[in-house]
Amino acid sequence: MNMGTFPLAFGLAILAGLTTRAAESEPSYDRHVRPILAANCFSCHGPDEGSREAELRLDTRAGATADRDGTRAVVPGDTKASLLIERVTTDDDDLRMPPKDSGKQLTAEQIDVLKRWIAAGADYERHWAFEPVAKSAPPQVINSGWTRSAVDAFVLATLERQKLTPSAEADRYTLIRRVHLDLLGLLPTIEETDAFVADASPDAYERLVDRVLADPAFGERWGRHWLDQARYADSHGYTNDNERSMWPYRDWVIRAINGDTPFDQFTVEQLAGDLLGDNRGGPSREQVIATGFHRNTLINTEGGVKADQYHDEQTKDRVDTTGSVWLGLTLGCAQCHNHKYDPISQREYYQLYAFYNSSADNNSVPPVTQAPTPRQEARLDALTARIAELQAQITGDTDRPARQAAWEAALVKRRDGAGANRANGKEASQWVVLDIDGKSQAGAAFSVLGDKSIVASGENDAVDDYEITAKSPLATVRSVRLEVLTHESLPKRGPGRADNGNFVLAEFWFITGDGRELRFVRADADHSQPKYDVAAAIDSNDDTGWAINGSPEGGPNHNRTAWFVLATPLELDKDRSLTFRIQHRKRQPRYNVGRLRIAISSDEWVDAPQADELAKLAAIPAPDRGAAQRKRLDEAFLRSDAKLGPVFAALEAAARERGRLDSEIPTTMVMRELEQARTTNVQLRGDFLKPGDEVDRDVPDALPALATGEGGPNPKPRTRLDLARWLVRDDHPLTPRVRVNRVWMHLFGIGIVETENDFGTQGTPPSHPELLDWLASEHVRDGWSTKRLVRRIAGSQTYRQRSQSHAAAVAADPRNRLYWRQNRNRIEGEIVRDLALSASGLLARTIGGPSVYPPQADGVYAFTQRAKNWPTSAGENRYRRGMYTFFYRSAPHPMLATFDAPAFNQACTRRDRSNTPLQSLTVANDEAVVEATQALARGILSEPGTPDDSRSRLKRLFRRCLTRPPSGAEVDFLTTFYAEQRAHFIARPEAARQVAPQNLPGFADAASAAAWVATARVLVNLDEFITRE
Amino acid sequence: MHPFVEPRQQSTRRAFFADAGFGIGAIGLASLLGERRAEAEVTARGSTRPTHLPAKAKAVIFLFMAGGPSQLELFDDKPLLRELSGQQTPESFLKGRRFAFLKGNETLLGANAKFGRYGQCGAELSDLLPYHRQIADDVCFIKSMKTDVFNHGPAKIFMQTGSPQPGRPSMGSWVTYGIGSESSDLPGFVVLQSGPRGPRGGSALWSSGFVPTNFQGVPFRGQGDPILNLRNPPGYDRAAQKSFTDAVAGLNGLRHEAVGDPEIQTRIAAYEMAYRMQSSAPELMDISAESRQTLALYGAEPGKPSFANNVLLARRLVERGVRFVQLYHTSWDQHGAEQSLEEELPLRCREVDRASAALVLDLKQRGLLDETLVIWGGEFGRTPMGQANKPTGRDHHVDCFTMWLAGGGIRPGITHGQTDELGLGVASQPVHVHDLQATVLHLLGLDHERLTFRFQGRDFRLTDVHGQVVKGILA
Repeated sequence: MNMGTFPLAFGLAILAGLTTRAAESEPSYDRHVRPILAANCFSCHGPDEGSREAELRLDTRAGATADRDGTRAVVPGDTKASLLIERVTTDDDDLRMPPKDSGKQLTAEQIDVLKRWIAAGADYERHWAFEPVAKSAPPQVINSGWTRSAVDAFVLATLERQKLTPSAEADRYTLIRRVHLDLLGLLPTIEETDAFVADASPDAYERLVDRVLADPAFGERWGRHWLDQARYADSHGYTNDNERSMWPYRDWVIRAINGDTPFDQFTVEQLAGDLLGDNRGGPSREQVIATGFHRNTLINTEGGVKADQYHDEQTKDRVDTTGSVWLGLTLGCAQCHNHKYDPISQREYYQLYAFYNSSADNNSVPPVTQAPTPRQEARLDALTARIAELQAQITGDTDRPARQAAWEAALVKRRDGAGANRANGKEASQWVVLDIDGKSQAGAAFSVLGDKSIVASGENDAVDDYEITAKSPLATVRSVRLEVLTHESLPKRGPGRADNGNFVLAEFWFITGDGRELRFVRADADHSQPKYDVAAAIDSNDDTGWAINGSPEGGPNHNRTAWFVLATPLELDKDRSLTFRIQHRKRQPRYNVGRLRIAISSDEWVDAPQADELAKLAAIPAPDRGAAQRKRLDEAFLRSDAKLGPVFAALEAAARERGRLDSEIPTTMVMRELEQARTTNVQLRGDFLKPGDEVDRDVPDALPALATGEGGPNPKPRTRLDLARWLVRDDHPLTPRVRVNRVWMHLFGIGIVETENDFGTQGTPPSHPELLDWLASEHVRDGWSTKRLVRRIAGSQTYRQRSQSHAAAVAADPRNRLYWRQNRNRIEGEIVRDLALSASGLLARTIGGPSVYPPQADGVYAFTQRAKNWPTSAGENRYRRGMYTFFYRSAPHPMLATFDAPAFNQACTRRDRSNTPLQSLTVANDEAVVEATQALARGILSEPGTPDDSRSRLKRLFRRCLTRPPSGAEVDFLTTFYAEQRAHFIARPEAARQVAPQNLPGFADAASAAAWVATARVLVNLDEFITRE
Repeated sequence: MHPFVEPRQQSTRRAFFADAGFGIGAIGLASLLGERRAEAEVTARGSTRPTHLPAKAKAVIFLFMAGGPSQLELFDDKPLLRELSGQQTPESFLKGRRFAFLKGNETLLGANAKFGRYGQCGAELSDLLPYHRQIADDVCFIKSMKTDVFNHGPAKIFMQTGSPQPGRPSMGSWVTYGIGSESSDLPGFVVLQSGPRGPRGGSALWSSGFVPTNFQGVPFRGQGDPILNLRNPPGYDRAAQKSFTDAVAGLNGLRHEAVGDPEIQTRIAAYEMAYRMQSSAPELMDISAESRQTLALYGAEPGKPSFANNVLLARRLVERGVRFVQLYHTSWDQHGAEQSLEEELPLRCREVDRASAALVLDLKQRGLLDETLVIWGGEFGRTPMGQANKPTGRDHHVDCFTMWLAGGGIRPGITHGQTDELGLGVASQPVHVHDLQATVLHLLGLDHERLTFRFQGRDFRLTDVHGQVVKGILA
């Protein structure tokens, strides 16, 4: 037997027997025959002509019954004449099928099924999943008192056929914990539990479910399920695995689920939100953010990569993900050849590929969109309006052309005059170079050079601030000139101390001898790096600053000059001492200035050094000036103009603020369509360098047809939007089934179709086909509401059953495929963390925002290509839910990786649930869990109203962790443990101090407190703690 | 039934280490629980699973030279290339080939290294690897390796998983999934790393992909705690940890009695194992227990993380029954300038030469070489064209490179495959990465076409749909 089919063996045996009661009668092609042929024959005699042997195909009736040199593989009604039977039964090892070297072999039962099927006429049926969803009515059951809903009728009818009885309803403690874990991923409090347990009203459970569905944590819990499928992560993957900003997409998902966005709309916005829009304009910001779904693909930023190769990989991933997430089909199998089992040809694969092939991203971060907070958005709107208004004032000034012409003429004239002055050596006297001395806060040393500049050396690891002191030879100061100069001792010759010679001067302060801090009102420089304008050095914002990279000459390594002007001339006191403070940008260590020189002037002198250049521009006849030249002159004029100067200053300030805001607003990667679509070809053997026939966008023939582009007599080319809408057609045979099956899977641990990502012929058949179809059609009828679907399933008696096993049922259905009980499921890695935090009361309930960095074990990055940025969070970000932990694909947080969170290199439709010693080490020793146990101990020691005895405390602690009250045996056990631990810590006061929490209430001694922590540690390490019963 | 077949859930439940019959051991608070111990005992299972074929090797040590060492400086001497050094590369050579960085105007670059022939077999080796001379007759050099991808991350992932995209199981995961492990208190698949940084590709290189997480490689760190979270929280000593483990077992046992889920027994066993690992892992890492001669043979120094220490650890791991040791030594990416063939390559060689040879010699003298397969090589080779950097370097090359194998059923003292006169391509007996993978599995008794795992509707293999066992290198 082929191993692939084995996981289904139990299911097949039991399902084959019970869903049709046909073991002795006529086998169904779909349920019984095809699984045998698919597993054993189709890889050589199936839909893929490339690998077809002997020109025989068995997946169609025409192929199987075709006359082949006088013989036919299948002769309906005649097993003896059917070559198929002869070949699978012959004793001749060389002739017997499947061939020996395939490792496959048919069982006697399988051969019997084939025989009976042929005898009965060898009818072929379409695979169930491609048939329309049937509208089935709930069946009659014997024990109708047990059922609460149609769901239960379907489940019970099947159980009754197998002579199995459902399990009793779980107790209230188990129920509230189950509902909280499944729907919220958080523990109920003791108070919530007590209220529910005491609630005698008949709809107590329904109200519990409704309360929980309205909790915003529902969007987090179920959003995380969706993010698994979206392969969401916070880094690019592959080699360098750099950080990316995608969390606005993650938050969109949480909002959409909390708002119960219908699944069809949820789908369309994520796959094609960028193509939505109405008569008034394009898509909303939210709809664009939603398209992050398919931007979660990896990006390879390694040196020497070729974008075409990775664009191809990313596009294939989008096709494959669409297949597994919506269609439950393994489309990827058709990349290199026709699908061997399902009706997907290689050509059809590339027709789907064509829908995604024209996305504008090309192994690149762009396109991105901004995702402002409401406050940022409001401020942005206000600034945009203000800028428009100020611009209108400037353009509305009818007098301006005349004034500017006069100003330009004066510039030219002054230059001619100045030339004469310079010849007389007058210009030099305008600036007085200061004898300066520097002091570094971080410990750099300064030496004074012959030209009165100072150069920094030594300590440069941190962000440094300099204090530059001097005595002024002038009595009045109006302007300051700061020169940053290159020097041999600096990296790449400076003038900065960063590795590339750059720096970021965040703020330039001027302090008088009597300690007043004066602000400059204007600044200019001969060169500023884009987005690092010199104006940022006087904007009172230490997160922005002046830098000098990006120059046309290539690189930052040139002498540069900046000028700063005070609002009014400053009369110095007798002492004439001056201090300049150079403050560097906090976020960029090492970006400190390396060498500098300062001069002052008593005149307003900022534009003068550029006067030559301006005069040169002014001398060009107006029609001959280029756009940049015009802009330069206009701006200089506006700055100097008495009437418009203040307006222009306000405009620049507003523009600067908008620029700053722009840089603060988070971005998120989105889909955008290229103006000009790429052509798509079939790829020979799946190799993008080997193009075959050109193909158009279309969907596979086996599925409902896709209407041509929207409206009009001339159909437009099909778009992603058409594909998205097609996926969620109400009559789609796959999407609704796949969707309800996954929701079911999250509530039972296993789907009605166990192979939740393969509804094709190789997948498992549904355990309850009528139930699946009933749920699917109800889901569509409900307007694709996820919350209603969850309520329908979680409200059923089937869901409410106990999870205890019992021997009789195990013998009949060991894997509980018929749901004679609930399953016990280990929770996911994120939820392990969430439960520890919610039991301890440490959990921060903030929803959304940038990902956070809770503590993690040392050494996580010993094995990565580069050490990752992991600034361990402080404050509430230390205690956020696991889903907000920053996720590096190449080195996920150990709590997640150890508990089977995949690396999200591809869509994940179901997580594994392994059980390993590394998990034990993680829960036992992880810092976050240790903190939680300390908080738990502190909690039960400080809780008001807890009687002051260890048994009461123990019960309280137990319930905080496990919801239910402990049994007598458990209390005895833990009481003994607590006493032993207390004795242990009394004998070891130093250890007790390390284990006990901080801030203990006065009465608690360290040994008792430590013993409580040790007890809490045992409880959170129990199998029950990390299991949803 | 196929020997590897198990329902998905059951296989995920399978123990992390060998399925050696681990009992619960002495459960603490015994007075309360003594009578339940027998029930909680985990059924003993065979420590290994049967193989498809008779196995030659029991364990693998893969010395991965991350970055792509230059075969032209180390193993594959090209006199003609030296003769034509500095000349334009004929266009016909470049046609149809894709490179990471080369622009097409690069000239041919002859190697400066001196070559000699060593051992009875007369294996070609450059002076950069003097210690390798001692093992020339013990190893098999494959000069005709070929791969598909020319960027580091994808090429490494390809070498380890058979696919250039992350997400498939690593070789070590396939092997431990296929035949389990013989170690009862260490993971079956261990990863070690030396050099200035981790290998590009990160955890994708030792990921279990879609096979159960139990089979993923466990990185052992050279400094601090070898395994994440191995150390008790501050204030808990070994005795406290023992009471903790016993108490968890005790309460889990009570729960098991109430709900009858075998998963709880596995959990109890996992905690026992974790407790044992807290002493077995540090014991393993402590190489000061090795004799002075052994330390000298490898050039290993206790307490000073190095490739040599890791190679010695690899031997210790294999001795303790670990199935697959994946070891990385990084920074073999000599493009020129700061990473030059003149300065940097000799440094890398000095870091690995002695210990690589020592491993083969040491395994041999301990009688372990026959059952241990040693693999040495990188994700690709380097071009015969130089890059325009000074000092010189070479670009990534997928069309030919050299690896060597020793022990575990490999024919010793041979050179397999030849490259053309310029070292641009394979002239005879090409060995593709998938062929190497098929051969490694074969030596372990696994048929690469039958070792499959069903995922998303397809039976996946380490070798994808390719790969042939390289018969010519089998002993």
